[in-house]
Order: sequence, then C-alpha cells, then structure tokens
Amino acid sequence: MSNPQQLRYSKEHEWLATAEDGVATVGITEFAANALGDVVYAQLPEVGDTVTAGETCGELESTKSVSDLYSPVTGEVVAANQDVVDDPSLVNSAPFEGGWLFKVRVTDEPGDLLSADEYTALSGN
Amino acid sequence: MSTAPRHTALDALHRSLGATMTDFAGWDMPLRYASERDEHNAVRTKAGLFDLSHMGEITVTGPQAVDLLNFALVGNIGTVGLGRARYTMICQEDGGIVDDLIVYRLGETEYMVVANAGNAQVVLDALIARSEGFDAEVRDDRDAYALIAVQGPESPGILKSVTDADLDGLKYYAGLPGTVAGVPALIARTGYTGEDGFELFVEPKHAETLWQALTEAGAGVGLIPCGLSCRDTLRLEAGMPLYGNELTTSLTPFDAGLGRVVKFEKDGDFVGRTSLEAAAERAETAPPRKLVGLIAEGRRVPRSGYQVVADGKVIGEVTSGAPSPTLGKPIAMAYVDAAFAAPGTAGVGVDIRGSHEPYEVVALPFYKRQK
Repeated sequence: MSNPQQLRYSKEHEWLATAEDGVATVGITEFAANALGDVVYAQLPEVGDTVTAGETCGELESTKSVSDLYSPVTGEVVAANQDVVDDPSLVNSAPFEGGWLFKVRVTDEPGDLLSADEYTALSGN
Repeated sequence: MSTAPRHTALDALHRSLGATMTDFAGWDMPLRYASERDEHNAVRTKAGLFDLSHMGEITVTGPQAVDLLNFALVGNIGTVGLGRARYTMICQEDGGIVDDLIVYRLGETEYMVVANAGNAQVVLDALIARSEGFDAEVRDDRDAYALIAVQGPESPGILKSVTDADLDGLKYYAGLPGTVAGVPALIARTGYTGEDGFELFVEPKHAETLWQALTEAGAGVGLIPCGLSCRDTLRLEAGMPLYGNELTTSLTPFDAGLGRVVKFEKDGDFVGRTSLEAAAERAETAPPRKLVGLIAEGRRVPRSGYQVVADGKVIGEVTSGAPSPTLGKPIAMAYVDAAFAAPGTAGVGVDIRGSHEPYEVVALPFYKRQK
C-alpha cells in the first residue's frame, strides 16, 4: 500500500487534497480503511455544515466497530460523496479515489498536517 | 493474568496469507484475510476454511467417564451414542452458565469435551474438581490438537476429495476417526456457521499439511480462508449464542432460552440441579427477560451493550450486533423485557449513541439454510 505523494494527511488517518480554488477533498487513508474492515455505513457531514479541524463530523461503521470521522481542516462543507453513502464499500476499494468522503471550502487548517512520507512513517505503512 | 498471546500451529501460514490478526481469548488469531463480507458470503454460498485451534479440548476417560459428565454437565451424556456429539453446558451450583460445550463420544468410555478458548481453563478446573469420587480421568488436551473447520455447501465435496471416510454416513453432530490428506484426524460434522460443514481435529504437527490440502481441494469451488470476524456474523445470523455475549455466569440456560439442554430426567444428581429447577419454573411463569432478534429499519449498527428502548424507557440490552451480509441490514440479539419479546412488537428501538433507531423484533434465527 502506498500513500499518494500529492496528498496531505492527518494523524487521525484522513487525507486531504487541496485545490487552487481553496476547496479541499477529504477521505480516509487505505491504512485506516484496512484497519476498519468492510465499511457498511457512512454518516457524512451535510452540505452547508461547518466542520472544525480535529473535531468529529460523521462516522463510519464497519462489521466490527464504529469510528468517528474527524475533519482535518476547518471550513464549510460544499459536497458529500453520495456514491459512498449508497455504496460504503467504495471506502475500502478506492480510499484515495472514488471513496472520498466530503469537500470543504477551507477557512483554516492546522499546522500539523503530514506529508505522505511523514504519514507513512506514522502509520507504519 | 497478562501473558503474550499464544500462536496456533498455522500462525506462519496466516501471516503469509496476509491475515489481519487479533487477540482473542489469549490467542493471536486471524480476524480476516481480506474482506470479511466476502468471507461470510463464501461460507454461505461456497466454502470457507477456518483455523479454530484456540478451542479447548479436554478428554475424559475411564469406567465412570459418563457418570462424571452427567454429574458435571447439565445434559444427559448417557444418551450420546458412540461416534455422536452433543451440544451442552456446564453450570455453577447457582445455575449460572460456566460455558457452552460440545461433547464428542470417541469410545465406549472416552469423551472429548470442547470448550471455548476463554473458558477452557475454568472448565478444566471444574471437571477436575467435580471428578472426585468418580473412576474417571480428566486430561488437558488443549495442546494435543489443532482444529481446522471447513464450512459451507461445498464442504462435503471438498472433504470427500481428500478422504476415504464415509462422509455420507456422517450425520450432523457426529464424529469419526479417519484419515484426511494422509494425516489422522477426528472428523466431526459440526460447526458454528449455520451451514453444513466439518471440524477436523488433528495433531498440531499435521495442521499445515491439512490446511494446504483443503486449500487446494477447494480452490476450484470457491473455498477461501476465513477469519473470526465472519465466524461471528455467521453464527449471529444463525442465532447461535456466543459465550460472554448471550451466555454468562449471571444467566442460566433457561434465561438464555436454551433450557432444552438441561435434562432433569437423567439419572443422579448434577451440579446446579436445584437452582436450575427454580430457574425453569421462573422462565415458565415470570421470565425476567427474553433473548430476541432485532432487525434494523435503518443502517446504523447496534453493538454489544447498547440499550434497547421503547416509549423512552430502557427495556433491554443488545448482546451481539453486526451488519448482516445475508440480510443486508444490521441485526442484533438482545435480552428484552418479556412484554416486548413477541415478534412484531411495535415501538422497539435501539439507542445508538443517543438516537433511538427503530428495530423490528423477530424470532431467532435470522437465517436458516435450505436443506
């Protein structure tokens, strides 16, 4: 498994892809998806919600457990991935692509986001 | 007691298969190899291969082996024929369940008791303590066996291709000694999945040979290695209790809806008889709570310990819950107040982290295989 170089990462195992228009796409890493097992239910933040870096904004249920979803940045949610709501297994099969979770218009981001190499070292993968 | 987890004879093999391992009852066991849902579905529709070597085998032999077991356990072991097996329980003097067990009659005066991994020591200690005065020997055989299960509709065909044993003559809950893939094995038609299947007890040194042979024999019909995660969802769909969840020392077999395993009519006294008679009476006239099935109307999953609610009041507690791959919905087993236990009872929900999600009360099991 490899963590894409162009993404940034949180210690809570989210990834973040920031575009030039200030909108960031958020998902969970392959490491996190593997640790969860088959995701069967995703409760995502709704468009218009304000999310805060490091705070919970949804949850992911797998066969064995439920995990809080943390936002890696602060801002307003501008999209939630309906494909994942309809088919949560996308989080397992394509965590860095079709399994993205939501998009945020970023107003603030913490200073401790990680590079791919730093995240790889943290997660051991 | 904190010690390093134990490893089964197949440990290196699991790691080579990329298994996600988990600590279970002091053993490092495969939780899943890839997708637990795929593993679950393989067992329902094709076949799955499990390492269950953590289970605890205890051998009881001697002229009074059957008398000892009749005294120590709640079932009537005297009616177990040679080569047959029986699901039973061992209880405390107060009727509380120490463990649920399968007893195999291996010989005229030889029985193998298979206990849950987490209870094996307690069961062994109890059997030894209860053996006083009986001409019988209780032997710890936990290290004598590895246990490999092949479960699912394709399992008879797979096993037939690697053994000459008479599988057609082997009924559900029967066991016979034989040779499988060239190694001596006790072949039992038992399982914990709700499917047809076999459990193979072999010497640990033969475990890898057997596993590889079954893997090859099943490759063409969709057999895949399966971990404990799917074993849990398989048994939950089949309405089978799990010790520690549905069964505990604070419940009697009658409380758990399994009073049928208690045989008052057998000869002689047995540990827990007086308390269990009272428990049977109570279950008949004024049951405290009953074990029921719950099926979600929504998609949020109930977990062990979540409260069952109705009219804003707590009326029960979830003991096991998971997303059911077969039903495509979350399911749970729960103990609920008797007034809410009837299938179809309206207004029952589960408190899932603060929100009351609607659930349908159903009779167990959730899934029954077509024979």
